[in-house]
Amino acid sequence: MQAVTAFRGKVVPLPINDIDTDQIIPARFLKTIEKLGLGDNLFNDWRFRADGHPNPGFVLNQPRAEAGSILLAGDNFGCGSSREHAPWALLGYGFRAVISTSFADIFRNNSLKNGLLPIIVGQETLAELFDAANADESLEVTVDLASQTLELPSGRTVSFPVDGFSKQCLLEGGDQLSYIQQRMDSIIAYEQTSQNTVDTLV
Amino acid sequence: MAQARTLYDKVWDSHVVTNEAGAPAVLYIDLHLVHEVTSPQAFQGLRDRSLAVRRPDRTMATMDHSIPTRDQTLPILDPIAAKQVQQLRINCKEFGVPLADVGDESQGIVHVIGPELGLTRPGITVVCGDSHTSTHGAFGALAFGIGTTEVEHVLATQCLLQNRSKTCEVRFSGLPPAGIVAKDLILALIAEIGVGGGTGYVLEYTGEAIRSLSMEGRMTVCNMSIEGGARAGMIAPDDTTYGYLADKPTSPRGAAWEAAVNRWRQLPSDEGAAYDRTVTVGASNLEPMITWGTNPGMGVRVSEPVPRPNGNTAVRKALEYMQLEPGKPLVGQPVDVVFIGSCTNSRITDLRQAAGLLEGRKVNPRVRMLVVPGSERVRAQAEAEGLSDVFRSAGADWREAGCSMCIAMNGDQLDSGQYCVSTSNRNFEGRQGKGGRTFLASPLTAAASAIEGAVADPRLYL
Repeated sequence: MQAVTAFRGKVVPLPINDIDTDQIIPARFLKTIEKLGLGDNLFNDWRFRADGHPNPGFVLNQPRAEAGSILLAGDNFGCGSSREHAPWALLGYGFRAVISTSFADIFRNNSLKNGLLPIIVGQETLAELFDAANADESLEVTVDLASQTLELPSGRTVSFPVDGFSKQCLLEGGDQLSYIQQRMDSIIAYEQTSQNTVDTLV
Repeated sequence: MAQARTLYDKVWDSHVVTNEAGAPAVLYIDLHLVHEVTSPQAFQGLRDRSLAVRRPDRTMATMDHSIPTRDQTLPILDPIAAKQVQQLRINCKEFGVPLADVGDESQGIVHVIGPELGLTRPGITVVCGDSHTSTHGAFGALAFGIGTTEVEHVLATQCLLQNRSKTCEVRFSGLPPAGIVAKDLILALIAEIGVGGGTGYVLEYTGEAIRSLSMEGRMTVCNMSIEGGARAGMIAPDDTTYGYLADKPTSPRGAAWEAAVNRWRQLPSDEGAAYDRTVTVGASNLEPMITWGTNPGMGVRVSEPVPRPNGNTAVRKALEYMQLEPGKPLVGQPVDVVFIGSCTNSRITDLRQAAGLLEGRKVNPRVRMLVVPGSERVRAQAEAEGLSDVFRSAGADWREAGCSMCIAMNGDQLDSGQYCVSTSNRNFEGRQGKGGRTFLASPLTAAASAIEGAVADPRLYL
């Protein structure tokens, strides 16, 4: 995972609530055994018509999306399945952060583990950002993970929540598996006392 | 006196390995279920780091999402799906993970086979790279879906990093009337709280209506917890649970069984245990539920009309996709396909309900009806009970086990513009095939709709 630091990025607005993982990356693209290449199919069925041609009405096909790196979306982004292909597709396309008022739990977890920053803001801030994006097609905002702040076009700075552990991992680009592995003695000790057994077919 | 604890608290507390300040808890995972779609990148991660699967004896793999449901002895025609399925075989062999492969008597949808093998037990933790892992909560297990990075963590360590969730009691008061089944209960809840209503919570379903459900019905309810935004849903174990588990292939026997049941009896939430939130749904005046829109929260009673947008963009957009007229009743809306299956409603009781209604009747000629059992065991039992004959003579297509048209990865899919009454769990745009339009409902409502060739109220057939 690449370290996440402070960055300034162009905003791509997608003012729809409850965007589910089947829209982010439709299931028929999950037959791959790779993580890479999914960006080509991000929002596939909104982005492309039945004949395969780009749908000019969809924001990713408009000039304003060029080099966009921050997706601005409605409430409850990423609801639905546990497919990590959703953050892989967003990252593969070039997004580094998604701003919304709320994220589905599994999507948020998956994003944090891949260096895609889920930024939670209040309803008022989201509305301000959508207004600003409507007024300015090249709108950029600055995200600073270290201070957990988002600098709005008005100059106002708002803070966003990230748990300390995930933040540290994101800042260092470190992965979380090694943290668990370092506690292997405790895991083995736990196994010796636990009464919960499972007998699979091994 | 010790503090009163909920079922969730008890399962959580008994699985915390470490809980250090400034970090999530290391949570022990008792059972890890694996399927072909969300695991290849995790096994590759192990390979890249030269790691083994730490507890293959607590890991179980099967194939369900990408496999055909028509004559599984034939090679898979889709080369990408064939490669993914083959990769799971390679991974399981290389890492020593037990696999219920196609053709195996234990193969089936991952959330159907866990319980029927007896692997899913009260008080354990269960994860799988699949959001409908919440199904297993029906046994009083803490069960939730994880991403592929977390699949790798569990394969490598048998643990996960987790933060404690908030708890929400969902009380279904009163008993549901005839014709109202588990699917109606959960669709009614999601229509009330919305698709994000349970975000951040683990739900515990309580009340008379839940107690009266079979284990299969409880699994249907817990299965769709995620459609309300909750990663997990749980139901305290009781005699129904123990009765279901008593004869399962891997269940403990003799003294070990007695000891297990005694332990499990300690799991239900203590009197006076505090939940962060409580939601009550009256079950006694429910009607069959059906969705009209493009998320599972967009549901109504079958007698109600399609809602009017009244300025609500989400409603307007959903109706545009669904091509439905606001204010018009859903009953009578023509349908092209009826699908009975998925980890929500493909178990033996679901098939009995649907077959009971179809017996001696015919599927409307305009409808293509697909019945896909959840597992090979369900298929064998349904065939032994004659249910498959009922479906076939009614004009339905009786298939082999898999996820099939719930996720449309295997070629079983809707054509663009088609309407489908489906017993699955998601009505998202394109979920059952690009441009397809889904009405989620119970097996009873699905069967009644198949007969009429249009959305129908199953109570007229009871």
